[in-house]
Amino acid sequence: MADIQSEIRPSRLRRAWDSDLAWSFRHAPVAVVSAVVVLILIAGALLAPLIAPHDPFNPATLNLMNGFTPPGQANQFTGDLFLLGTDDQGRDVFSTILYGMRISLFVGFSAVLLAMVLGVILGLLAGYVGGWTETIIMRVADVQLTFPAILVAMLIFGIAKGITPPEYRDQMAIWVLILAIGLSDWVQFARVVRGATLVEKNKEYVQAARLIGRSPFAIMLRHILPNVLNPVLVIATISLALAIIAEATLSFLGVGAPPTKPSLGTLIRIGQEFMFSGEWWILFFPAATLLALALSINLLGDWLRDALNPRLR
Amino acid sequence: MLAYIIRRVFQSVLVLLVVGLVAFAMFRFVGDPVDNMLGQERTQADIERLREQLGLDQPFIVQYWRFLEQAAQGNFGLSYRQGRPVAEILIERLPATLELAFVSGLLALFGGIALGIFTAIRRRGVSANVIMTVSLIGVSLPTFLIGILLIYVFSVELGWLPSFGRGEVTRIGGWTTGFLTESGLKALILPAITLGLYQMTLIMRLVRTEMLEVLRMDYIRFARARGIREKSINFRHALKNTLVPVITITGLQLGSIIAFAIITETVFQWPGVGLLFINAIQFVDIPVMAAYLMMISVMFVGINLIVDMLYFAIDPRLRVDRTAGGH
Amino acid sequence: MTDTPVLSVRNLVVEIPTRHGVLRPVDNVSYDIRAGEILGVVGESGAGKSMTGNAVVGLLDRPARITSGEILLSGQPIHTLKGEALRRLRGKKMGMIFQDPLTSLNPLLTVGDQLTETILEHLGVSQQQARERAVAALEEVGIPAARSRIDSYPHEFSGGMRQRVVIALALCAEPDLIIADEPTTALDVSVQAQIVALLKRLCRERGVAVMLVTHDMGVIAEAADRVAVMYAGRLAELGPVREVLTEARHPYTSGLMASTPLASQGHERLRQIPGAMPRLGNLPDGCAFHPRCEFAQDRCRQNPGPTLDTCDGRAACWFPLGADRKQEVGA
Repeated sequence: MADIQSEIRPSRLRRAWDSDLAWSFRHAPVAVVSAVVVLILIAGALLAPLIAPHDPFNPATLNLMNGFTPPGQANQFTGDLFLLGTDDQGRDVFSTILYGMRISLFVGFSAVLLAMVLGVILGLLAGYVGGWTETIIMRVADVQLTFPAILVAMLIFGIAKGITPPEYRDQMAIWVLILAIGLSDWVQFARVVRGATLVEKNKEYVQAARLIGRSPFAIMLRHILPNVLNPVLVIATISLALAIIAEATLSFLGVGAPPTKPSLGTLIRIGQEFMFSGEWWILFFPAATLLALALSINLLGDWLRDALNPRLR
Repeated sequence: MLAYIIRRVFQSVLVLLVVGLVAFAMFRFVGDPVDNMLGQERTQADIERLREQLGLDQPFIVQYWRFLEQAAQGNFGLSYRQGRPVAEILIERLPATLELAFVSGLLALFGGIALGIFTAIRRRGVSANVIMTVSLIGVSLPTFLIGILLIYVFSVELGWLPSFGRGEVTRIGGWTTGFLTESGLKALILPAITLGLYQMTLIMRLVRTEMLEVLRMDYIRFARARGIREKSINFRHALKNTLVPVITITGLQLGSIIAFAIITETVFQWPGVGLLFINAIQFVDIPVMAAYLMMISVMFVGINLIVDMLYFAIDPRLRVDRTAGGH
Repeated sequence: MTDTPVLSVRNLVVEIPTRHGVLRPVDNVSYDIRAGEILGVVGESGAGKSMTGNAVVGLLDRPARITSGEILLSGQPIHTLKGEALRRLRGKKMGMIFQDPLTSLNPLLTVGDQLTETILEHLGVSQQQARERAVAALEEVGIPAARSRIDSYPHEFSGGMRQRVVIALALCAEPDLIIADEPTTALDVSVQAQIVALLKRLCRERGVAVMLVTHDMGVIAEAADRVAVMYAGRLAELGPVREVLTEARHPYTSGLMASTPLASQGHERLRQIPGAMPRLGNLPDGCAFHPRCEFAQDRCRQNPGPTLDTCDGRAACWFPLGADRKQEVGA
């Protein structure tokens, strides 16, 4: 009987949510615009090798003579035209942005995925098992929450950098970055999942599943997890914006993606140097891209939170 | 109440011990301290001697305890990069960060509360809605971009304010201050706005939400029904109740200002501890990283404790013992 | 003493515009309250009792608003007043008591702060005098050791004591009219009687007019001089409390009485009124009560219920109960 119930419950609820969600999406112009912007940016990043007019990381195609070409003007020496101009090395800014977004989005998505998996597992464990497991997990979470996530990420980055041998540091930087941001962000997921688990654990259908001898693992996976997906989805969206900003910040500070594999943050760091000498485009376009990305994901997250939880507004 | 405070102090000490453990583990396991301290030319005897000297042959717990002892006295050893005592470097850099954090904190606190109240009272007004929309953009705008934007407008284009450094500072005892010179004050403006803006946005949104909640309460209705003036209702009755929940989060926000100072200090090349920390990470200068971590934890934990005490000061309901209260 | 009632409500209509049309939570309601008199207003929740009270003090929540009718305070129209002029009357001329003493006092201000603030606002007295008056107000509502308790915070009082503080607050600027909105509902039964007695005493001693909104027939029987019964935004019956309680004319009042365990009724079994009060957006045609009325006839189904002034001024019913029940009113 518990089986039948669990078969019907999630799918029917899901259907209702889906249709509500779709309706609310259609009636939120801000969300629609944001979604379009996000999709365009993601598509640009995914298709970078196809779209990008130049390969900014292939030294063979670079011409130093093309350096500092303003956007939309022909270079005075070579006559080459660049949509968004070039940087000091003669790299096409439009292409570097496309490739930079790849790194930014890859780090952002991977870090959120890591934080989500970690947070959901630890949250489920804390809520379902309780006792010492719960105490330890939640205490660690509390201590970590005392400090801003960006500081925790910097610290993890610093430690990981210390552990990695110097010759591998640049290669590992991206993975270290994912690890640092992911580990700094799991607490939110864990807290929400634990709270929901505590509520769900005592419901009759879970008790019933327990009585018929289902393994705790199966119960968590099959009965409790579907019930916490909504809040997890909302947190994940908002975390994605935060993770992209965190990555950009770390890279900007010089403790993130290396100049050989620049993310948007690295590009901004590079562009900042040319702000004073008038080559504004090297800074402006990556910065505008980052802002568009972060803002639209944030707006989507805002909308999603309100749409999934009408009580909030 | 006393029991509560004791419990909080106990928790704070626990947090500090955990952070201390992290810092110690960094020292002990990230890179070999012996490697770092001895140059390329070293003998096995040198290594053994230094190991003994550093107590690396002792059991883990003993080493940890010794580390805490040293840390409590402010002794974190020598910076790998600069070769000077870490404590000395930190103390030299601290005034710059504290002054910046102080000004930004005031800006965030007063600006945030004032704007929060304004947007709550004028909920339907045009200007309040404009402020709310702008604040949403503000939340999505990374701190370093705000800094760059300000530099571009006020330093590069207008040339009104300096884009880096602290300007001219005055030395008073062991403290250097930028408050006393014109160039020092000018140099402070952009970094302080950069650092304070994000926190101000958060505080503003929080105050607004809480205030709207409070304005719906029965006692506000009752005050209206007694003919109390709107001004008094907003600023005496509602504001005080709004501030109770706002204080915790605000307190924590102000704490994180010190951490976020890292970003601002990098953008403006502000010679504080944040810039020091970033450089330490870039060069894997573990003693500086560990010391910074310990220092900032003490500050955070201290701020948390003060916030808890403030709670008691503001909310009379907490002042009575639970047993005596109730009915 | 003049004959002008302290409060006079004339054909009051409150409307709430909604997406599905305009609702009328208060529909053509008229009544007077004289100095020293307690008018009980009863009805189920949603009948418009509280809304009437809120309309009088000008504290209707948006988007509800008065669309027609008059409210006269000591003969002066106040329904046209706005903002500052209305604020000056609140507290000074009319006080209000809310249902829940737990939530109607500001938890972060001392009782004395809240009292003196109100007194200073309305009476031109010094800080010192205001404090003396505050102590006196607390003493008057029966708070023991008022002088030493004035600097206490609300949470330091028990529920009943808190409601006394609320009453003191409503009375401290000496208004002529008190609107008590369910003042006993949130209290323990043992305390309810004390609060009712207090209200009654203050009304008699001070000559204040009291509008006592409640759904508790027991409270009405105990305290009120006259009673107004509301149903779906309209007055169903209005009359001296003894008469209404002993021989109700409106079938709704009669049903209400039969479903209330009043001591005077002995051990008769309680009866229920079948069905529930219709929602405002969904009122039936004809008399709003007819679907639940055991005496309903075709006329009740086809014509809107009469208003009090178009019939005998006592029961808004086409076929009122009682001695002259055989006769149709206003036919």
